[in-house]
Amino acid sequence: MTSEERRNFFKGMAFISPWIIGFAVFTAVPIGLSFYYGFCDFALTAPRRAPLWIGLDNYQQLFHDVVFWKALRNTVYYASMALPAGMLVSLGLALMLNARIRGQTVYRAIIFLPSLVPAFASAMIWMWMFNPSMGVFNMLLGKLHVAPPDWLGERLAMPSLAFMSVWGVGNTVVIYLAGLQDVPRELLEAAEIDGAGTWRRMFSVTLPMLSPVIFFNLIMAIIGTFSILTVPYIITSGGPNKATYFYTMYNYDEAFKYLNMGYASALAWIQLAITMVLTGLAFWSAKKWVHYG
Amino acid sequence: MANFWTGASVHLGLICVCAGYLLPFIWMVSTSLKAGSQTQQVPPQFIPHPWKWHNYLDVFTHPTFHATLYTRNTLVIAILTVVGTTLSSAIVAYGFARIPFRGRGVLFGIMLATIMIPFPVTMVSVFRIFRWMDLHTAAWWGPDNALQMLGTFKPLWLPAWFGSAFNIFLLRQFFMTLPRELSEAARIDGCTEFAIFWRVVLPLAKPALAVVALFSFMGVWNDFLGPLVFIQRPEQYTLALGLQAFQSRIGGTPWQLLMAASTLVCMPTLILFFLAQRTFIEGIATTGGK
Repeated sequence: MTSEERRNFFKGMAFISPWIIGFAVFTAVPIGLSFYYGFCDFALTAPRRAPLWIGLDNYQQLFHDVVFWKALRNTVYYASMALPAGMLVSLGLALMLNARIRGQTVYRAIIFLPSLVPAFASAMIWMWMFNPSMGVFNMLLGKLHVAPPDWLGERLAMPSLAFMSVWGVGNTVVIYLAGLQDVPRELLEAAEIDGAGTWRRMFSVTLPMLSPVIFFNLIMAIIGTFSILTVPYIITSGGPNKATYFYTMYNYDEAFKYLNMGYASALAWIQLAITMVLTGLAFWSAKKWVHYG
Repeated sequence: MANFWTGASVHLGLICVCAGYLLPFIWMVSTSLKAGSQTQQVPPQFIPHPWKWHNYLDVFTHPTFHATLYTRNTLVIAILTVVGTTLSSAIVAYGFARIPFRGRGVLFGIMLATIMIPFPVTMVSVFRIFRWMDLHTAAWWGPDNALQMLGTFKPLWLPAWFGSAFNIFLLRQFFMTLPRELSEAARIDGCTEFAIFWRVVLPLAKPALAVVALFSFMGVWNDFLGPLVFIQRPEQYTLALGLQAFQSRIGGTPWQLLMAASTLVCMPTLILFFLAQRTFIEGIATTGGK
């Protein structure tokens, strides 16, 4: 290093040092620690209160743990509905809101508003809307003489939560709208001159040009969906009969209700691994469908 | 003619969707203005009769829901978080944007990757770390001088003072767009690097700083899991925890009060949005990987 390089190095390090400390204390060490705790018996209820190395026991126990599989299955079930629904609705809405029509700003504002509602408040609102006898959904259905379903019952609770999640796609829509601004107008006009209709232009020009943004939103949605907690925690607290018991709830309960820090750490690591694998898959598939122009 | 029908169907589609998106708001506000007995009515009605504007005052005087206290707690955490994260993220972002040092690319990549780590993955160990700090400082410096982390608001706002990856990214993107000549001129005038950051770059970055402040405020205002993990005593509840406790503690929830409280909780962010619409939209748009 020349003296200038050295000076820059120290200057740069000085500026980013807050992040380096924060990264070490609040991210790197916690992840390392939970990796270690994952191999330990570490119950805060025991008199010993220090982690005791037990090797792979936690992970073996997980493998036979009915609740673990239930929570994992629930989360995957929820994601299998909420992820595609959210992706399709947000993209569809963005395409409609991108059309140059009257009242565009009003439509945009209305679609965005729910994103401003805190998750805990929207949980309250929807819980009240889903109410079987006094809620608004069954009131509207009653007017159509449809038998009122039990929205938060064992069978429907999960689809209801997924349905509700679509209400909050405003953020994603805004990101799409920004991406749509960057689709070159000349390209669309050229396609039109070549005789491409609305749909053809959308599938052959707009969507490929938008694919990096779709990819970004997909990654964010995967991470968000697999770490959902607030809304189901408030609305159903995992019930009825564990039908909406999510993975993060199990993690939270093991750590802070039963104080099994070791077991909870193993759960956290599996969540991290699942998120990483899914994101990795998305990145791998990106080669086939994401166009960086 | 084809254009007319396309336009009409887009309008029709959007009107239906917007009606659906507004329904929860309408239902919330309508319930918040009903008498308690009317909320229990089957089948329910949209129009309150009589209009109970008083519900909004009752929220503040309710014996178990301490609205003022919860608001104060939330604001304390929010202010400390907003100041901390804006300041520290700006400093770090300046380093990443303006100083060409060795290893910058790698460190920036690591920082971006941390955005993808969900809080539930680290919450257990972060909790352990705060506990460790409490216990060990008590052992080293005596119980009177020990850091008191757990049981206070510190676990919720202290991490914000070390920059947050998302905000750093946002500010760095903005700093990159500022002309280099400005810094060069200041450097020739004998400014130190920190003075350039503080007196030249920061004043120009006000719009970006506003975005960061806005979003971190909303992050605290909306946070449920953080307080759930780190706050135990009811007198320290934030609005999120207070509202949840209010809902779950009593059988036969007074829905009109709960909805009035929810409406009030939504107000600050809604007002901020209407005051600073452009800041919001541009801020979110920048996250879209530009």
